[in-house]
Amino acid sequence: MMQTWSRPVKTRIVLVAVLALLAFFPFAGATFYTELVTKVMILAIFALSLDLLVGYTGLVSFGHAAYYGIGAYVLGLLTPKYEAANLWLTLPAAIALAGLAAFAVGIFVVRVKGIYFIMVTLAFAQMFYFLFHDTRLGRGSDGISMNFKPVATIGGVTPFDLGNATHVYFFVFAVLVLVFLFLRTLLRSPFGRALQGIRSNEHRMRSLGFPVYRYKLASFTIAGALAGLAGYLSALQFGFVNPELLSWHQSGNVLLMLILGGQGSLYGAAVGAFAFVALEEVYSSITTHWQLLLGATIIALVIFLPGGLASVAGRFKRELIG
Amino acid sequence: MDIHSFLIQLLNGLQYGLLLFLVASGLTLIFGIMGIINLAHGSFYMIGAYMAFSLSALTGSLLTAIVVGIVLSVALGVVLEWALFSHLYKRDHLEQVLLTYGLILVFEELRSLIVGNDVHGVAVPAIFNWSIPLTATLSYPVYRLFMSAVCIVLAVLLYLLISKTRIGMMIRAGASNREMVASLGLNINLVYRLVFALGVALAAFAGMLAAPVSSVYPGMGTSVLIICFVVVVIGGIGSVWGALVASLLIGLADTFGKVLLPEAAGVTVYLLMAAILLWRPEGLFRRV
Repeated sequence: MMQTWSRPVKTRIVLVAVLALLAFFPFAGATFYTELVTKVMILAIFALSLDLLVGYTGLVSFGHAAYYGIGAYVLGLLTPKYEAANLWLTLPAAIALAGLAAFAVGIFVVRVKGIYFIMVTLAFAQMFYFLFHDTRLGRGSDGISMNFKPVATIGGVTPFDLGNATHVYFFVFAVLVLVFLFLRTLLRSPFGRALQGIRSNEHRMRSLGFPVYRYKLASFTIAGALAGLAGYLSALQFGFVNPELLSWHQSGNVLLMLILGGQGSLYGAAVGAFAFVALEEVYSSITTHWQLLLGATIIALVIFLPGGLASVAGRFKRELIG
Repeated sequence: MDIHSFLIQLLNGLQYGLLLFLVASGLTLIFGIMGIINLAHGSFYMIGAYMAFSLSALTGSLLTAIVVGIVLSVALGVVLEWALFSHLYKRDHLEQVLLTYGLILVFEELRSLIVGNDVHGVAVPAIFNWSIPLTATLSYPVYRLFMSAVCIVLAVLLYLLISKTRIGMMIRAGASNREMVASLGLNINLVYRLVFALGVALAAFAGMLAAPVSSVYPGMGTSVLIICFVVVVIGGIGSVWGALVASLLIGLADTFGKVLLPEAAGVTVYLLMAAILLWRPEGLFRRV
């Protein structure tokens, strides 16, 4: 009896504590940490979008950075040279174009499964990488530096200033909460249930009459659009974009975040983003060859902890509760 | 395009395709037989090229470097299979992707630590360092012909190994039913180790062979890896014959794409892949 209601309550307490901590964080910490946590929250949105694919639809995409990069480039390309772009115009454009690109790629990739899916998503992501790297559209490997941050003016009023790190922090925080609630609602809807059904048994879903192809394509498109949102926010925070945003390292890192936090739980994606940035900060403070340490950590993680850090947490919890 | 420059592009396309085949055949075999997606396969190509550079600087001869390099890469394959990949057979694709992604990071950083991040050239061996004149201004380098010839010989040997020998029979049996082979008393783990070492050696050899032509640079492994994924997707996973046909197709599409449509050069092969996916999602050839 205890166990049936104690878990949700505990989860809720932790959630409220984390939200409160995040809400007050910028008033306590230095600007450096405010910006770092902003970066973590942007990556958390990115990881959440991938979790919809990997954790809930069973599609392991190794090319998710393409849509992140497209979202970022939309802001870079739409920002005029001598004035600021408008947030309320460019943000929907970034989401729409990233979603459109994901839809176009999705038409091809959701036809294939398993290992093919991994290779084909990577190949298409690389195609976008070359598109921005080699053609005039993306202005080459240096990318685009934006002279102005977008303004949030709407109807003559500017509710917040995106040149201010604290304001950016709270804007990103609000977007993260919205994305989280959106995905939670989506996953509890009949559509989300069907996706999870496809993940556990695609043949059964098909024989039950579900149009599996369309469901997968919809999931791929939504995930791409949300990744584009995260990419847009990253461009907004740092003020420049380059092709590395679309690189396959980025796709690998976001998969790593999911594994660190545990796939198939929305909290896990956010925890994973935090763990990844923490690893990155600690390792890069030790050596410039920190990717060696990161690589070795990944290998050790897979060999010794099948199931990720989440499995350790789960084991720990089971032992505590008994 | 006149007939001579067409011929040159044709030979270049075939040579590039054959080189891709050496890397892609290992990738497709490792997947087809061991069920493992190996992102680090491109790193073996990179390691081969850097071995050609370092060892030929050390020994003064590319041919010696290649012989030593093959021995080292077989050893690397055996050690990696024993230490890491043997843990992956029963894991899902996501974990395989992660582990091999971690391996790429390790290999790239080790390369950066040991050799640095500069671009290096490797000299063409003296006996191949001449060209066949085609017209007054155009000629074709003999080393590229030598590369193609070596690749063709290796492709034939690979075919004979898989379809005509006892080892090949065990490899094919292992691909279709691992438990059955093991219960018949054959050492399936040894077969896997051999296949993996063969794949590593083929990729590293391709890198060594290509070093004098493409030069040696960071990131060379990744670009080859992704093109090889395209090859495997087009050819059909697990099919060596499919890998050969798809490699040649990609080699020609990329070479002629660069000449005819220079603006879209980076994108041609991916468009080809997209078209094949619409037409045949399983690739041109199903598993042999």
